[in-house]
Amino acid sequence: MTHGSEPVKAVPVRHPWRWVTAALVAVFAANALWSLATEARLDWDVVGEYLFSEQIVDGLMVTLMLTAVAMLMGIVLGVVLAVMWLSPNPLVSGASWFYIWLFRGTPVLVQLLFWFFLASIYPHVSIGIPFGGPELVGGSSKDLIPPIVAAIFGLGFNEGAYMAEIVRAGIGSVDEGQEEAAKALGLSRMQTMRRIVLPQAMRVIVPPTGNETISMLKTSSLVSVIAYAELLYSAQLIYARNYKTIELLVVASIWYLAFTTVLTVGQYYLERYFARGSSRYVPPSRIEYVFRNLFRHRRPASEGEA
Amino acid sequence: MSAVATPMVEARGVLKHYGRSQVLKGIDLEVLPGEVMCLLGPSGSGKSTFLRCINHLERIDGGELWVDGELVGYRQHGDKLYELKESEIARKRAEIGMVFQRFNLFPHMTAIDNVALAPTRVKGVQREQALVEAREMLARVGLAERAGAYPAQLSGGQQQRVAIARALAMHPKLMLFDEPTSALDPELVGDVLEVMRRLAADGMTMVVVTHEIGFAREAGDSLVFMDDGVVVEYGPPREVLENPRQERTKAFLSRVL
Repeated sequence: MTHGSEPVKAVPVRHPWRWVTAALVAVFAANALWSLATEARLDWDVVGEYLFSEQIVDGLMVTLMLTAVAMLMGIVLGVVLAVMWLSPNPLVSGASWFYIWLFRGTPVLVQLLFWFFLASIYPHVSIGIPFGGPELVGGSSKDLIPPIVAAIFGLGFNEGAYMAEIVRAGIGSVDEGQEEAAKALGLSRMQTMRRIVLPQAMRVIVPPTGNETISMLKTSSLVSVIAYAELLYSAQLIYARNYKTIELLVVASIWYLAFTTVLTVGQYYLERYFARGSSRYVPPSRIEYVFRNLFRHRRPASEGEA
Repeated sequence: MSAVATPMVEARGVLKHYGRSQVLKGIDLEVLPGEVMCLLGPSGSGKSTFLRCINHLERIDGGELWVDGELVGYRQHGDKLYELKESEIARKRAEIGMVFQRFNLFPHMTAIDNVALAPTRVKGVQREQALVEAREMLARVGLAERAGAYPAQLSGGQQQRVAIARALAMHPKLMLFDEPTSALDPELVGDVLEVMRRLAADGMTMVVVTHEIGFAREAGDSLVFMDDGVVVEYGPPREVLENPRQERTKAFLSRVL
């Protein structure tokens, strides 16, 4: 502090409406809790009993595996499709456009069912010479596409279309001069993409990819329609036997919430990592934001009293 | 310089348009090996576009453009022209260094990695060897001690010198400068011009789009004044600057001098 300067002492702005809204929120929250505890016929013991049961934990593991594999597939496909989209070859970019049009234009639920029931229109699939020539490998669709493969294909191929758009936006955010400088040095299109453009596009690509991962964790519950025992279907299997429907949905929801929270925290640190050097402003996490604003008006006052 | 030397750059009636607007309306120019040619003119006169045509960052729409005796972007067989493949164009670009107004350093790489990138990736030089040479190039522009710095940690003038070192690392036969000092704070311009002066003195063939009249006068062998897509005046720098023959040149110079 410069010699002779005094810290600013001022009466902070009062926020009476904050207290009014806080009171309203408190009343509603208390009422909700009270009704949940006293009126709802919700058996919390059942929730506790099943939260760590083997079937639920197995389902949870399947959900996490599906999320990871489908996202990995989506990211790889997304990068490939985005690079294809920008290709000067109209057939290559057209193929990318068609893929995105098809997989983003139909519901992921439909795609899951499609992969699951593929065997009904293609009972036999094989790799070999096209147009009915000799085949190299092949087999019954029912064996080659079990529910786990249908689930991964359904989620992964769909995600690829969304990731392609995210990667494309990321590539578009990189200054044109970068590509020009690389070209002028004699780098090929692919080298320019891999060494120069994509590393810089990461800053724009990472945050929405975090969002997609969180979304995928929840979207994977759609796989329950093809009777693949992920978290939701495991819960459904249990309440089909004991009729404790809501309790088991609460169990599943607790796990979904727990892992979206973990992912949200992870996303925050990833964002901070990729934002370094590019901006002085580091985004606060939402919780940090709420707390900062809750206590902001108090701190100067207490300092004033001290 | 012998009179029969193949020009490093030769342009005959070069045309370029974007949609309906004609940017280059028939440019005829010749740059000899070792020559430093400065292009002067108001913004929008087409001088940067012409520069970008030389390394095929822009495709010309008419006329003919040669670099070191070879057509830019095409191969001639008999009286037929064949478009070059992307890899062939890239190989030719690798022989021409370019320095941009806004530096365009790669921000995710250190200064030395910026310089060593193209030699390793394009020419296949071993990384250790490329790093040794990159350090020499950085020393040549007076930045040996900033080798490990990222572009954001360097001043504009330092960034531009790294960009020059990056271009020199490919041992180009021709250097193109697109307003290399226009984005710099006035007190940083001198260092960059000094590096360019030394390069010119070493015999590098250079085409420089610039507003630095002093540089054009002292380091340039020839000066071209362009306006509205045509060459208005051409000659030795002192002659053009001190006794411009065209009214447009006079009007422009009276505003910038």
